[in-house]
Amino acid sequence: MPNKNTIVDVPTVNKIARLSRLDISEGNKESLTNDLNNILGFVAQLDEVDTSNVEPLASVTGHKLPLRNDDVNDGNIEHLVLKNAPESSSGFFVVPKVIE
Amino acid sequence: MSELLDLNLVEASKALKNKEISSLELTKAYLKSISDTSSLGAYLEIVEDKAISMAKESDKKLIDGIARPLEGIPIGIKDMFCTKDIKTTASSKILENFIPTYESTVTQNLWNDGAVILGKLSCDEFAMGSSNETAAKGNVINPWLKNKKMSPGGSSGGSAAAVAARSALAATGTDTGGSIRQPAAFCGITGLKPTYGRCSRWGIVAFSSSLDQAGPLTRTVSDAALMLNSMAGYDQKDSTSANLKMPDLIDYLNKGIKGKKIGIPKEYTQDGISEDIVKFYEKSIGWLRDEGAEIIPVSLPHTKYALPAYYIIAPAEASSNLARYDGVRYGARQEASSLDEMYELTRGNGFGDEVKRRIMIGTYVLSSGYYDAYYLKAQKVRRLIKEDFENVYKKVDYILTPSTPTTSFELGKKQDPLTMYLNDIFTVPASLAGLPGISLPVGLDKSGLPIGIQLIANSFDEAGLISTARVLEMSAEFNFIADGAAK
Repeated sequence: MPNKNTIVDVPTVNKIARLSRLDISEGNKESLTNDLNNILGFVAQLDEVDTSNVEPLASVTGHKLPLRNDDVNDGNIEHLVLKNAPESSSGFFVVPKVIE
Repeated sequence: MSELLDLNLVEASKALKNKEISSLELTKAYLKSISDTSSLGAYLEIVEDKAISMAKESDKKLIDGIARPLEGIPIGIKDMFCTKDIKTTASSKILENFIPTYESTVTQNLWNDGAVILGKLSCDEFAMGSSNETAAKGNVINPWLKNKKMSPGGSSGGSAAAVAARSALAATGTDTGGSIRQPAAFCGITGLKPTYGRCSRWGIVAFSSSLDQAGPLTRTVSDAALMLNSMAGYDQKDSTSANLKMPDLIDYLNKGIKGKKIGIPKEYTQDGISEDIVKFYEKSIGWLRDEGAEIIPVSLPHTKYALPAYYIIAPAEASSNLARYDGVRYGARQEASSLDEMYELTRGNGFGDEVKRRIMIGTYVLSSGYYDAYYLKAQKVRRLIKEDFENVYKKVDYILTPSTPTTSFELGKKQDPLTMYLNDIFTVPASLAGLPGISLPVGLDKSGLPIGIQLIANSFDEAGLISTARVLEMSAEFNFIADGAAK
């Protein structure tokens, strides 16, 4: 990873914002870019660590993911599933029109 | 009223069982104290009617002699725990009207054991922060040096402030990188983060799933033991829940520490740590030695890299977890003409600045071309940090460190995100290794602010952690009460 403090520029921030589905106002882009560079510059110190023979660690539990039988164990709670939806109709979530 | 507020959880529980007090009068005393201390802003939601009805239910059980372990004890719940039919916002605007239709496992365990809910406590938005200043509804004020408006710490700032202000007899918190231990230290109370997997994460608003863990914030170590007894337990609904029985922690309160080995890591006394904290750290080492522990200098060589690894791993997991806030299934929605625009406006408007920063960092380190350099690298360093602890636990039983490099700071003074992150420098390593840790107050600094000391145990040794913490607590004799506490 790069070691200097200009790791991301405004176009890159635009791209990450797009991937994150985040609307960032024009006025905030400069300071956000600055913050991200400070944070990415800080985490870049990991480069000092020799990890050539180290396996990545994703979970500390050490146990295998438990499996259960593929049995239906709940259901018939449509009204609860939809209860907090901003918009629903006939048992469905409603989103802005996707197909022209 | 004040005699009721003077009782800690263990004492109140005893008085309830001896019928010296009723849960209704205890709960009413706490409801009054919530209103007396409302300027602190610890509570987001108060559920007075529910509290009263639960207290009455508990009083019946107490009279019938069928009291459960936490019967009639009024507690506060961090707003990260989903509570059925009670608004749960994670201190975020995007969830401002979210009313869960289910109950988190941890809170259900507490209600099953007789606890009474007072309300929901403020925290940093989605538990991302170390000062409680990222909460959508504004910061919480630390009851210590109340007029100076100090930070209660974060993210469980409302929980810590409420326990210190005596507006909850105990509270739940969640800890991802220090969010129970750091606010407990700032507010002069006890905060315990259990081993990863000890408490179910089911129904807790997800931040960083490989790190998030629930735990209690309480006045004393004994209170923490009682709370964790009820909160912990195997849960099929959380695939990372540990199928291991936790011993009754109450049995371990007075085991002492004779012959136990306490490791003092040299990496935890770095530049920038406050003099008063160093002084009380040294005192704490002396107290444990006087009680029969053997003090052994140890080294955790990768400590320095814990914080940078954390600030890759936690945002990466957060960016993935928070993808669920899409304005479709629950949460606020910004209307727009296209689906993508709806997502962007909903999320841009619904999340605060710190949450957006972390989603952006997380998305970047997981994005094509950067994944290996950042995310995979951080996971490798995480293993080295875990191995550091494993090596040290071959030689010692517990590790003693300061909880934080400084005591509380004035609200609004730390604006730079990176400076804020440094608050968690002593709590993050144990989080990355999944180890249980406890912070307890041992003294006050020159300005009168509490100082917290942290003990870290090996995986699933909460019992030993409690024994050791109890010894330290008795030696420190921290009996101070915050000036902003309810009288």
